[in-house]
Amino acid sequence: MAGGTYQAELNRAGASATGAWSQAWFLVRQYPLGAIGALIMAVFVLAAIFADAITTQSPLATNPRVSLAGPGATYIMGADFMGRDVYARIVYGARISLAVGIGSTFLGCLFGVAIGLASGYLGGWFDLIVQRLMDIMQALPLLVLALVFSAAMGPSLQNTIIAIAIPLVPSVARVIRSNTLALRELAFVEAAQATGMSEWRLAIRHILPNTIAPLIVLATAQLGSTILTEASLSFLGLGVPEPHPSWGRMLSESAAEYMRRAPWLVIFPGLAISLAVFGTNLLGDALRDLLDPRQRG
Amino acid sequence: MGAYLVRRFGLMLLTLFGISVIIFTLLRIVPGNIVDILFDSAGMVDPAEKQRIARELGLDLSLPQQYVAWISGILRGDLGYSYVSEKPALEEIAPRIPITAKLAVLALVFSVLIGVPLGVISAVRQNTLTDYALRVLSLSGLSLPSFWLGLLVLMAFVSWFDTLPIYSDRITGFWAQLALFSVPAAAVGFRSSALVMRLTRSSMLEVLRQDYIRTARAKGATRQSVNYRHALRNALLPVVTVIGIEAAFLIGGLIVTETVFNIPGVARFLVEAIRARDYPIVQNLVMLIAVVVVVVNFVVDMLYAVLDPRIKYGG
Repeated sequence: MAGGTYQAELNRAGASATGAWSQAWFLVRQYPLGAIGALIMAVFVLAAIFADAITTQSPLATNPRVSLAGPGATYIMGADFMGRDVYARIVYGARISLAVGIGSTFLGCLFGVAIGLASGYLGGWFDLIVQRLMDIMQALPLLVLALVFSAAMGPSLQNTIIAIAIPLVPSVARVIRSNTLALRELAFVEAAQATGMSEWRLAIRHILPNTIAPLIVLATAQLGSTILTEASLSFLGLGVPEPHPSWGRMLSESAAEYMRRAPWLVIFPGLAISLAVFGTNLLGDALRDLLDPRQRG
Repeated sequence: MGAYLVRRFGLMLLTLFGISVIIFTLLRIVPGNIVDILFDSAGMVDPAEKQRIARELGLDLSLPQQYVAWISGILRGDLGYSYVSEKPALEEIAPRIPITAKLAVLALVFSVLIGVPLGVISAVRQNTLTDYALRVLSLSGLSLPSFWLGLLVLMAFVSWFDTLPIYSDRITGFWAQLALFSVPAAAVGFRSSALVMRLTRSSMLEVLRQDYIRTARAKGATRQSVNYRHALRNALLPVVTVIGIEAAFLIGGLIVTETVFNIPGVARFLVEAIRARDYPIVQNLVMLIAVVVVVVNFVVDMLYAVLDPRIKYGG
């Protein structure tokens, strides 16, 4: 369905683009904001991958002599109270933010898809119980649920990923379930059943691939909110622990205290969070317009 | 409608029951025995003393017994005792509720006052430069973490006025309090206004595509009249549901904003209690938040049914 919609989109716009590059260029012109979002995300991903190559200082090395040093030649974004390079911490922080963001989105989607598919396909009492359970989880704000899970499991990188992934499961399960319910009524499913295909194989091979488009839209939209949730948890001191450099924690540990003397401690980490979330939101909106035309505003 | 109301109410109670079980269980699987933690930090060594503490806190009972004791306590208005201050939890929580409530209402008002007009403008001028600018503005609003926005506001205060808008419970009087709360409320409300704007825009666009709008245009109604008298009134209906969505959205913003601005409300108290492992406070506060979110959504659903007579609810 994803490919079909995309091709239809190209035809609708009267594009004769065939090569990969000209198709990409067509998309950039059609969705300029989405392209900007993709560009921003690409910059963060590259920074995370090549963090060692693009920084000169260690993100963890302290140096009391440069405590609260302003932005300059060596420390282009200044240094924090312990004399750590803010620029290096932001670049390495991209690794943490993306690891938590992508990790928890992936985990949340994995469980959400499994539960939504089973719930929509099996129906009956299983569906009823699962739906009530999802209702219950959605009644609590995402941040509150993540806070409680993270407190219950103790602070670590993995636990932060799990604590943020769990609140995502209901919204993914909902979308996949309603898609599965709609798909189950279609003729091709009946045809597959008529051939004597096993229910299990039918669900995995025929229903699942048709839910990919809404899943991509949902996952991109959730990526921004997971990055934001990680930053909030770490800001509150209940997210990623030391020694990992986290953007959210950079804002809590000293920023408020030294905001008068060292405003760069507030400005740069916040800018990094906002840009990363902004990028995923732009990309998510464009993907929604492209892959899920029913929701187009 | 009556049957629907009863069913919806039953579901609400079921949801609250489910939340209470989940929260209760989560706080009991926490690594580290609470009695041990309290025991060690109090510097006591006598095992008999330790048993006495466990009995005093009701922790010697089985888990189902503890759960029943907690819920029946809530129904009687007894929320147990804070581990930290050793005062009744109700006495700790109750005075903080009005502070957060004022902040939340003000933030909600702020987000609707900004979000609805901008959403309408954006929809009426769909695909113009104004629309693009407003959409980028709302997306960036959703992308700014509210604690960062709060810190920026504080920084601006420091550099312009050389002072911080510090919370004080000695400030009384309606206008003085309004001024006190408006800065943090704006910081929370800005993010929510972006959400309201997006939902208003899409709802307005939906209505503008309807047949009766075309009819209104065809009979020669002015642009103003079509947009505001015909479209907006119907577009505002789904926006009512936004308040339900916002209830959950706002609480997340309040937690970090109360921390940034040092406001002693319930939202910041939840974080403090989690950090201090003050579980009686944590489980009651999470229940309070759940009750607020669930009840607000229930009321919004009912309100929606009253406002939109087309909606018929089967039992």
